[in-house]
Amino acid sequence: MHLPISDKIELNILHQNSHQAEKNKIKFNNYNLLCLNIMSSPGAGKTRLLEITLEDLSKKFHSAVLEGDMTTNLDAARLEKLNIPVVPITTGRACHLDANMVSGGLKLLEKKINPNLLDILLVENVGNLVCPAEFEIGEHFKVALLSITEGEDKPLKYPIMFREADLILITKVDLLPHLNFDINELKSNIASTNPKADVIEISSITKSGFHLWQDWISKKILKFKNN
Amino acid sequence: MTKCLILSMEEWAEKKNKKKIVVEKINLKIGEFTCVEPISLINTFNAAVLGSWLDSSEITIETIPFEGKCSKCNRLYFPKKENGYKSPCCNFNLEEIISGRELKIASIDFKEK
Repeated sequence: MHLPISDKIELNILHQNSHQAEKNKIKFNNYNLLCLNIMSSPGAGKTRLLEITLEDLSKKFHSAVLEGDMTTNLDAARLEKLNIPVVPITTGRACHLDANMVSGGLKLLEKKINPNLLDILLVENVGNLVCPAEFEIGEHFKVALLSITEGEDKPLKYPIMFREADLILITKVDLLPHLNFDINELKSNIASTNPKADVIEISSITKSGFHLWQDWISKKILKFKNN
Repeated sequence: MTKCLILSMEEWAEKKNKKKIVVEKINLKIGEFTCVEPISLINTFNAAVLGSWLDSSEITIETIPFEGKCSKCNRLYFPKKENGYKSPCCNFNLEEIISGRELKIASIDFKEK
């Protein structure tokens, strides 16, 4: 045996994922396709959000969904009823989508439709407030959902998710009258974790706030296409 | 994360001849403001590499403190969850992160057989 050698590489552990995410983003850009990464804990309302959003959004923009789920295609089946291209990505034991999985999903999407014909790709990540925050997929914007039933403290307990998000949707606000919940405290916790994030309150029951969310998406698509 | 670490090690080893080296230590720098719990990473790594070419390697982790900069007075501070990550000097929200987001293989100690 020889003497030990120390190879100082200073290499990001996630560099392979970041490299693939960059390749995905280049593909999205070449397709002129805006990609949003939708993240939240399980049950915060991601799939319902997409169902309602896509009903209106599809009238103005050509949309598609990559639907991440650990074990089933149940969410993908719900969205397929909207007659838009949906590709399920079953992650198995993995608790998040990574850039390779999204690359595979994009290849399957390419078999369903020419992505040049699309304006927006919504990627529903696996329900989890931890790992999805660290794994880029090539998205242009990250959207995090937080339902009020989860508690005001979640931005402090899962700061990286809310720090990384460009937009935070506070969901299920129709339940406010029935809960001992301080929405101002939640907003203060969001601001202290991520003062730059946009915040919109929405309800999938009353549809309140959906026009703001739709406006946010529309502006992002138009700005992206104009660039 | 363990999988990403092993893939990074495989990629590094491709440039060496991994049959001719023994990795003794993988020295990581992990920031406090990441989704990685150091002891969990060590345990899962040790389990994942059993019987592989990395079986005898040891992970060391240098924890990099989570440090922010107050955007009002430019002082550096250590953000605390209990304080909503705000600066203790001016009670300002956390805008700039100076350190704590690191997820790095700093160096690899190995021997040639």
